[in-house]
Order: sequence, then structure tokens, then C-alpha cells
Amino acid sequence: MSRLIHIQPITRIEGHASIQIQLDDAGEVRDARVNIMSLRGFEKFIEGKPAEEVPRIVSRICGICPWMHHLASNKAVDRCFGVTPPPAAQKLRELMQTIAHAEDKLLHFFFLAAADFVIGPDADYSVRNVIGIAKAHPELAQKVVRMRHGAKMILEKFAGKAIHPIAGVVGGFSKPMLEEDRREILGQMRELLDFALFTLDFAKTKVFPPYLETIQSLGVIRTGFIGTVDDTGALNLYDGRIRLMKPDGSFTEFDVQDYADYLGEHVEAYSYAKMPYAKIWNEGFCLDENDPRGIYRANTLARLNVADRISTPRAQAELEEFREKFGRPAQATLLYHWARLIEEVYACEHAIELLEDPAICDPHVRAEVQPRAGRGVGSVEAPRGTLIHDYSTDDNGLITRANLIVGTTHNIAPMNLSVKQAAKSIIHKGVVDQGLLNRVEMAVRAYDP
Amino acid sequence: MSVTVASEWLNSCSGCEISLVDLGERLLDVLQHVEFVHIPVLMDHKYFGQTGEKPHLDIPEADVGIISGGIRNEEHAEIAAHLRSRCKIIIALGTCATHGGIPALANSFPVQDLLERCFTTETTDENPKIFEPPVPPLLDVCSALDEQIAVDVYLPGCPPHPDQLFSALTALLDGRTPELPSKSVCDTCPTVREGKGKLTKLRRFLQNPHYQNPGEPLDKMRCLLEQGFLCMGPVTKAGCGGDAKTPRCIAARVPCRGCYGPVRHDGNPMLDMLNALASNGIDVKSLPEFPSLLRFAGAHRLLRPSRRRNERRVSP
Ligand code: SF4
Ligand code: SF4
Repeated sequence: MSRLIHIQPITRIEGHASIQIQLDDAGEVRDARVNIMSLRGFEKFIEGKPAEEVPRIVSRICGICPWMHHLASNKAVDRCFGVTPPPAAQKLRELMQTIAHAEDKLLHFFFLAAADFVIGPDADYSVRNVIGIAKAHPELAQKVVRMRHGAKMILEKFAGKAIHPIAGVVGGFSKPMLEEDRREILGQMRELLDFALFTLDFAKTKVFPPYLETIQSLGVIRTGFIGTVDDTGALNLYDGRIRLMKPDGSFTEFDVQDYADYLGEHVEAYSYAKMPYAKIWNEGFCLDENDPRGIYRANTLARLNVADRISTPRAQAELEEFREKFGRPAQATLLYHWARLIEEVYACEHAIELLEDPAICDPHVRAEVQPRAGRGVGSVEAPRGTLIHDYSTDDNGLITRANLIVGTTHNIAPMNLSVKQAAKSIIHKGVVDQGLLNRVEMAVRAYDP
Repeated sequence: MSVTVASEWLNSCSGCEISLVDLGERLLDVLQHVEFVHIPVLMDHKYFGQTGEKPHLDIPEADVGIISGGIRNEEHAEIAAHLRSRCKIIIALGTCATHGGIPALANSFPVQDLLERCFTTETTDENPKIFEPPVPPLLDVCSALDEQIAVDVYLPGCPPHPDQLFSALTALLDGRTPELPSKSVCDTCPTVREGKGKLTKLRRFLQNPHYQNPGEPLDKMRCLLEQGFLCMGPVTKAGCGGDAKTPRCIAARVPCRGCYGPVRHDGNPMLDMLNALASNGIDVKSLPEFPSLLRFAGAHRLLRPSRRRNERRVSP
């Protein structure tokens, strides 16, 4: 007899989502989908607000990656008002974003994802979580908590607020960095780099090996990828050109101001979140997991796939090893976790580079700003993917129109595909239990939505 | 003694939960005394049983229910009511839960306008703008928790500072009711108020405030309001600086926007601020618009759609 299994809510992710799995009479999976359950309406309610205030409003889209919204928004408003922040301000913004990336990846890996591997995908829900990890591995837990917290407190100490930041301002940054700040943060980031290298090594030797087969099979789909690269084709989280790669590895690049020519957003009645797709490929949108159309993925694995290289030495060495093992583009969904830890190394190395440049302490951090009518698109690579804020302003500099493409949403369509693939491959004859359903959720968790 | 806790997030951003994680090593101590029975961000307890087998929402009973976020859709309302029935004490965590927070800015618009705009942007394909179960229908307004269920403890802040969360949790573990400061952000701000100067207009925050040199301490910098910037410090509840006290935005030399909600729980920051400005001889028309004064407190029917503003705001 056919029936519907509803996993509600999906847990250890940010936000409200559920999975519906439809079984046919024989108990085989006919269809599966991911529902995104909430809508707050930022695209509407920032209308009429002074544009310079918006970077500290849209940060509330996400409390895990508020710096990303804050900075993409600042870049969009800079452009509306036609102002270029001074070099030190650009560096400070980029530094804050890079440290936020470093903190975020530790949070996701250890607090949200690791339990599936460290405690095990079939363990009871009461222990399959970070609290379970803390009990089973108290020393590791203490170290993780201390390192992540340290990174977070750098942001609070220097920039006032770590969650829902305010220090990015139209035209630049709200305060300059002092030499003593620079030295202190540099020391902290060097320590964090050591920890990032430890984490990657720990994951490669202790966490992933028993699951290599699962990694190569669970939720695996074939899609394109999106990410930001610099002029030389190297990974860049803060700025650059958007590279859109097809499943076969060929790619086009574009300036984010032109994003609307390349990307479309598809709507399904079972999800409040829109599903971006590659309009430019002219193949439409299709969620058939054996023949997806228009579908590409964002976030860590995507960025490593589209980038030709990474500009920092340790992360580059890791990328080479990763490519050697899994090819380019790598398609296996659970590799997102591995790619995330390589990016963690890059984020630490890059923060150190930024801090080693004394020019970051230049006291000139804000350009003169006049409100005016304009249009501006700002983007950064958020941990969860390419984040795009697009605003128009009136003569008084108030927002008249906003369009947002949020990092996570790029992966909504792929999540649907991965969930379908995972459900079809592990649910048979109507038999389900906690562990099997958790494996289906793992296909979502890899995307860190 | 171990206290059981059920935690939920409704119309929220997860910042409040991350602020809990930002307790750092203190979190590990708290976890020794707290037993979570439900917390979707960290733990895989499901609403309808672990394989979705139960017909009704079922969150275990708990001593304390912690809820972040306001109520925006039918699912939020159902979960809030269910938690209320299962928990002895309900804590409203963060300004979304206590006053609506940023998402209640949406209350300036009819709910149809939100759907209309979100699903007709220039990149969005044509669609019927109709959603089916399990996607929960939106309610007409975004409300604070206490508009729908009784709340025992309010912990405002967007997000609340980890130090404050730590003292609140410690108080609860000791069986005490957590206390909040009754002061304003200004009362805890170290900047210099000279109380003189003839300010008649406010400036938008388009340039950084004035101070002598980059390293000058905050207690040498002049009050931002006296420098002519709108700062919501006078009407905003103190506490955002945590144990260090200095308000967090001021620490970055940026004016306050009121994220801790009104000083008095049921105050109206917009009216209070406009009155304060007017009585100091400042022309409130120098502000570019007013709804932003209710940026964090738009629930409790304080922000409503206004026909006149809607007409003025037509896209170019
Ligand atoms: S109060 Fe602020 S931090 Fe908490 S959920 Fe609301 S927006 Fe997020
Ligand atoms: S200064 Fe005001 S806006 Fe800033 S964190 Fe404190 S209460 Fe919130």
C-alpha cells in the first residue's frame, strides 16, 4: 500500500525544512522532496528603508552567516551610491569575512555534521549529536569549543558585534585597525591555522575512512557548479567573477552585475524557497535525478570544483590531493565535508596573509558618501554559496526594489535530487527505521543548508 | 540537579541559538546540568515520532521551554502552543520572540504584498504563488510570542549577549527568575555627553563619527547623538555589552538601532524617540523615514500597513 513518510523537521541544519518520501504499493520510493517551510519577506520589507541602513537589517536573514549578508549588502549599496571604499576598508571587510568563514566551518563540521560519522549514522538520536561527542571525546570537544569560540570573539572584540555585525558601513568600515589589534589577531589566526590542519588530518585519518564507500554512493548526483574566482582563476571568497561550470567541467564566467542573464529561479508549490538554476544553459529546469536540467550546486565542493587553484600553499596542496583522488569536478555529495575542511585551511592562511600586510592599519577607512538614485549588485561567497544582493535606490537613497539570491537556495534543487537518490537507493519494500531516515537526512546535511 | 529543556526556533534566524553556542567553554559546564529533550539545531528529535509514525505533534515535557523567533505562520503558532502545554516555564529568547524583531518590519505591508514581491522578482519564473501542505500558510501579521502564548521570562537582544544568557541559565538552574537591567543603552554608554550645543537636525550615518585619533578610547569620544547621528540608545534596553557593559555597536563607533527592544517591555520606541528628539528641539522631519524607529519592535500591532506610504513607494 502506498504511503507518505514525512521527516519533520530536518535536524542539525539551519532553518526549517522537512523531507517527504512517497512510497508506492510495493514499498519502493516513487518520489522524494525537500520542503522549505518559512518565508520572512526581506525582499519586500526593506523597501523604503535608507539604503545605508540595510546592511544591518539583512544580516538577520541568517544568524550563522550574518557577515556574508552584511558585506554583500554593503557592496550593493556602495554601488548604488557610486562609492569605492578605501583599500584598508576593503581589507578589513575581507578579513572579517574570512574569519567568519573559518569559524563557520568549524561550527558546521563539529557541531552539526560530525555526529553522523563520529557517533555513527545509526546511533540513537539522543547521543547522535554534539552533546554525545562531548561526552565520548571530552578533550577534543573542549579544544573545538575553545578554538571556535576564540575565532568568534576576534570578531566581537574588534568589530563590536560578531552576530549581526554593524562594522561594515556604506563607503567602507566603521573603525580602523590598530597595530596592537593586528598583532593580536595575527597570533590567534596562526593558532587557528594549526587547528585547521589538525582538523583536516583528523578527518582524513579518523573520520572519513570508514565511510569512504558511503561517501561515494549516498546522495550522489551529477550537476554543474558555481563559485567565485579571481582574475587568475584562483578561489576567492570575497570578490571576483562568478564562474558557472557545466557537469562536464566546461565553464563560463560573468560579472555579478549581469547575474540575471545567467540565473533564473524556479518555484515549486511545496517549498517557500525558490530554486535557482542556470537559465543561460537554455535547457530549462528539471528535477529528474537521472537527467537533471539547469541544475548546478554551490558551497564548498562547488567552489573547489570551479577554481583552477587556491592561492595559499597548504590549501593548494590539499586541493591537489583531493583532485587526485576524486577528479574535477568531483560529484559525490558527502565530499562537501572534505572540501569544507580544505576551505577552512585556506580561510586561516588567507586571514594571515591579510594581517601580515601593515596597510590594513591605514586609518583612512571610509570614503565620502552621498545618497543617490542607482542600482547595485553585491556578492560574496557565503559558506553556503554565492550570495547576491541587488538593490535600486531613489534620489533620496531609499530602497525601491530588492532581489536576493541567498547562498543556500542554489542547493535546494540539488538537495531534492540527492534526497531522491538517497531514498531510492536505501529504502526498499517499505522498510524504514531511524538510521535509514537519518542517512537520507545526511544527504541534506552535507550541503549545510 | 538536572533541568530538562525543550528548545525551538520559529520566525528566527538561528542567531539566538548561535549566541548560546557562543557561551564557549561555559556551554560545556551548562550542559552538565541541562538535559535537552528537543532542540532541532543540535539534536535529531522529530515532531511526529522518529519515523514520522505519530498522528500528532509530540515534543516531550520539559521544565523549561526556550523559544526564539516570533510567530509568522500556522506551524509556528502550533509549535508555540504545544510547547506551552508541555513546559513549566517558557522563555522568549531574543527580540524576535519578545517584540517581533527585524522580521516584524514586514508588518508595514499586507501579507499578499510580501508573497507578490518575493515570487515575482526579475529572476523568478512565472508561478501561481500558491503553496500546498506541508508548507504552512502565512498568518496576517508577524507577532511576538506573548501575543499568542503566555511567556514567563523575556530575554531580548538581537541576539542576546552570551554573558546574559549564561547568567539567565545559571539563575534558572538555581531556581531563580533571571533579572534584566532596567536601564537604557545610554545609561551604560561610556561616551562623553556635554549636554550643550544647538542640534536642530539629525544626519544619516554616511560618515564615521568624529574622534581625535584612531586609538582614542570611547570615553573620550563625544556622544553620537550629540554628534548629530540618530542613536536609539535613550529608548533601548541596556545589556548588549554583556559583562563588559559597553554597548556593542558603540564599541565599533556605530550608533545603536535598538536591537534590545524598548527599555520598558511594553514601551513604543518610535513614539518615545520622537518625543525625546522633539523636546530637545530637534526637527524630526530631518529623519528620512519613521518605521525604522520600530525596527526591532514592530509586533504588538505597533507597525501596520499604511496606505499613504504604500502609494508613495512605487518602483521607478
Ligand atoms: S532576535 Fe535576532 S538573533 Fe534572535 S532570531 Fe531574531 S533576528 Fe535572529
Ligand atoms: S548598541 Fe543598540 S543596536 Fe547595538 S547591540 Fe546594543 S542594543 Fe543592539
